[in-house]
Parts: sequence; structure tokens; C-alpha cells
Amino acid sequence: MNRDDFPILKNNLVYFDNGATTLKPVQVKNAICEYYDKYCANAHRGDYKISAIVDKLYEETREDVKNFINAKEASEIVFTSGTTNGMNMIVFGFFKNYLKEGDEVLITLSEHASNIIPWFMLQKENKIKVNYIDLDEDHEVTLDNVKKAITSKTKVISLALITNVIGDERPIKDIAKLAHENNILMVVDAAQGAPHVKIDVQDMDIDFMAFSGHKMYGPTGIGLLYGKFDLLDKMTPLNYGGGMNAVFVKDGYVELREIPTRLEGGTPNIEGVMGIKAAIKYINDIDIENINKYEKDLRRYLITELAKLDFVDIYNKNTDSNIVAFNIKGVFAQDTAIYLDKYNICVRAGNHCAKILDNVFNVSNTVRISLSFYNTKEEIDLLINVLKNSENIWKEII
Amino acid sequence: MDKDFKRSIILDNYQNPDRKMVSGEDHIKINTRNVSCIDNLDIYLKVRDNIIEDVTFEGEACVISISSTNILVNLLIGKTKEEGINIIDNYLRMINEEDYDREVLKELIVFEDTSKQPSRIKCATLSANGIKKFLEEDKNHS
Repeated sequence: MNRDDFPILKNNLVYFDNGATTLKPVQVKNAICEYYDKYCANAHRGDYKISAIVDKLYEETREDVKNFINAKEASEIVFTSGTTNGMNMIVFGFFKNYLKEGDEVLITLSEHASNIIPWFMLQKENKIKVNYIDLDEDHEVTLDNVKKAITSKTKVISLALITNVIGDERPIKDIAKLAHENNILMVVDAAQGAPHVKIDVQDMDIDFMAFSGHKMYGPTGIGLLYGKFDLLDKMTPLNYGGGMNAVFVKDGYVELREIPTRLEGGTPNIEGVMGIKAAIKYINDIDIENINKYEKDLRRYLITELAKLDFVDIYNKNTDSNIVAFNIKGVFAQDTAIYLDKYNICVRAGNHCAKILDNVFNVSNTVRISLSFYNTKEEIDLLINVLKNSENIWKEII
Repeated sequence: MDKDFKRSIILDNYQNPDRKMVSGEDHIKINTRNVSCIDNLDIYLKVRDNIIEDVTFEGEACVISISSTNILVNLLIGKTKEEGINIIDNYLRMINEEDYDREVLKELIVFEDTSKQPSRIKCATLSANGIKKFLEEDKNHS
């Protein structure tokens, strides 16, 4: 649906790598251009008209994000550079002070690097312990396995809402309930989740959450961080400087501003904010529930067709989301991706930044298809046809 | 050499790589993880009295990576370190579309068209760069 809004699709491009980044609708591009063409000023600075427009749009966007994830207050939303930045702020701005030696963090083997490496680094610094929740036979998280992994020392559970290789959607609301019954905080990496499922941070009772603009039809370089007000208020800024201070004097006295401004030191990514504003409006206009239903139907069609090919291994057949991981038997994932590229079909080959997942999969590299609402059954039919002809793969790629 | 013949050599070295095996402790192991794609090969080298006595490799990689590694290491065995570096330098020049000496490259010539596929250049030079670095450093140490 809405294919006309994506000029790049007019070049016969079949774009199946939406987990890496989504294409951008013309409305997002226009919003960014409009900022530069009509009111290119800094935020929170000038006493002139175009600067006031920027201020208004900047804070309006915070309100838009608040509504998009149903946060309680706009002040619980911080603009970041992306999910990685957000996760690092959560880990080093909050948990570095919150966790004590011996405290435990629960993650899984299928997390993205951004939800693993910051914890590993904190493990070294603070002598905390990173533990893993077992995955079931479909590589998914069950509430029972979360229960089994919790100990008296568990202080935080940090999980992707939707994982980027398997694509499973975690029962975050139930996990957060269990976490809070045990005085454990709930952190969510929503990079793959936000573009595809409705998020309600109050209903799910999430404590911290990070996600990216560019994976939800917005520009690169802009991300969103959510934190419950009382927790976010305890977060230490990672960037000190302009925009985030209230007072500073010669003898070294510094007073910082309120949240969220305190956590946005330096000139913000204003064009990114304008872009994400347009992207959220775009998603809202289609309705995230419609997106979710369309993408799941499309994935079911893809799985049905792919399963008919006996020379293809599918690694996440039973997962109900927008992601499919597979390999052509006997062909290295990258070679398959290069073969598909000959037909203008863009897929991702690799370990998808989930380098410890091969402990579960027994295969380190897969071809990943991650669908979006602008993908179609016709594109899937083309993919299947190209795969059917893959006995010629070597002739085509060497 | 026609394209089909080149392809059959590349494919044969991918599907039946005779040097693809782990070697023992008398070899030095280097990893040549490719930063831009997903190839990941360990290379095992045994160099004694300035002679490259043995090279094997193990790991997961694409057709171009595996095949070029197998052909290259076969060519290096029995050569002096300087000869080895010279072969690799000429090979890298060929991949980068610069002047090179065809004579020393032997079967590696099958990769002469690789530069036409920019996404494959890293794959074709993964092991060559790793081995070259090792031979040059080893040369400085001895």
C-alpha cells in the first residue's frame, strides 16, 4: 500500500531490507526540505520569528512521540541519535549509578549488539553480571523462562520488543508485570518494534525504551528515548555543554536544566526532528494496526510460498511478524544476497548484529527478509521465481 | 581464458578446496575477519627459514572468498616470503585494476574480472591482505 509515496520504488526496486532501514516517503523528505527552505534556525535560541517556528515544531514533535507511544508526559521523551545512543544513555546514564556489584541483568542471545555490548561494558566496570533468559524451540522468550532466570539479584530485564533476526514479538506487558513484582526494572529496545506494532508504554508498564527514526520511515540520525519521569529524572547526562545548563559560574558551579532538555546537550538534530514528526504523522495516517495486519498477512504468504521450495531452509517459520530468516541449502548467505541483487531484490545477508545468536541457530549467517507495508505479493512472487531458478546461481554471480 | 572456464576453476576451488582444514600448533593462526561483509576465515601458516612451508584455512565465507583463498595459498606454498609478498602485491594490483605481472599469478588470473563487481573486491582480497600483513610483519621480525 501507499507505494506512490516512495519515488525509489518506481525504479523496479524490490526492497526487502526494512529491518536495516526503511525507505522514506516523500512527505518526510518534504518536511526536512521545508525546514531548510523556510525556517532554518536553531532551536531554543533566537528571539526571531523563524526560530520561534522551530521551537514550536520541535516541542510539538515531542508531544507527537508521547502520543505515538502513549507516554504520560512529553517530558519523558528525549531526542537521541538513534537506538544505540538511547541504549547507551539508559545503561551508562542510569544503570551505571543504579546497579551495584553483583546485581544481575537479564537479556537473551537473540538481542541486537546495542542491547548487549553496553551491558557487557558495564559488567566490566561495575562488576555486575549479565545473564541470559533461555529461548524456547522457536527461539522465542516465554514467561516461564523469564521466571526461571530471575534471581534475588536480578535488577533489570532488557529485551527487544521484536528481535531483528528471528522477528519474534516478546510479551513485554507480561514480562514487565513479572519484573515489577520482583522489583526489577524493564528496559525495551523497540528499534524493530516501533515501526510495526502499537506500543503503549503505560499499558505495557515499560521503564525505559529506545528506538530509531530511520527504521520507521524517518531520517537517519534521529532516535527516541522514553523513560518514566522519576527514573529519567535520575539519569546522568552523557553530553555536557550548551542547551542543557541553567547556570554556570567561574568557580565551577553548574546548575542543569530540567529533563528532557538536560539530556539533550548541544544543538539537536533539528532536521531529524522535523523528519520524525512527518514520519509519525505518516504512520498514524495509515494506522499502525493496519500496517501490522498487512505485514503479517504478507509474511504468512511469503512463508507459505517459501516452504514449498525444498532447497530452502527457513529458520523462523512459526514466528508471526515481518521478518523471515532463510538460506538456500549449500549456498552461503552472502552469495544468495548477491544473486538476488541481480534481480534488484535487496535482502540482508549476515549475522545482523546478533553475533551471539549462532549459539542458538547453529548457523551464523542467514538471508533476512524484513517486510514493510509497501511490499506486495507480486514482489514475493518475483522472489520465489528467482529462487526457483537458483540452480543457475553460480553462473549468474561468478 | 573464457568465462565458463574461469567460472569452473572458481567453483571447483569453492566446492573442493583442498587447503581448507585446520592445522596444528606448528602453524601460526591469523584471522582475516572482513569488516564490510560476513566472511570469516582463519588462516594457518607455517614459515621456516624464510620459506612458506604450508598454508591452510578454515571458516565460513562466500564463493569468491573461499575460492581465491584456496588458489592463493596453493600458490604460496614453497615460495620464499619475498616471492609470496610479490605474488600477493600483483594479485592486489590486478583486483584494483592496476598494472600487474600475469606470469606470477598463474591460476589467480581467474579473478581478473572481479573488479567489475565492486561488492566482491573485499571478498577477493580478504585473505591476501591478511597473509601479506603477516608475511611483512614476520619479515621485519626475522
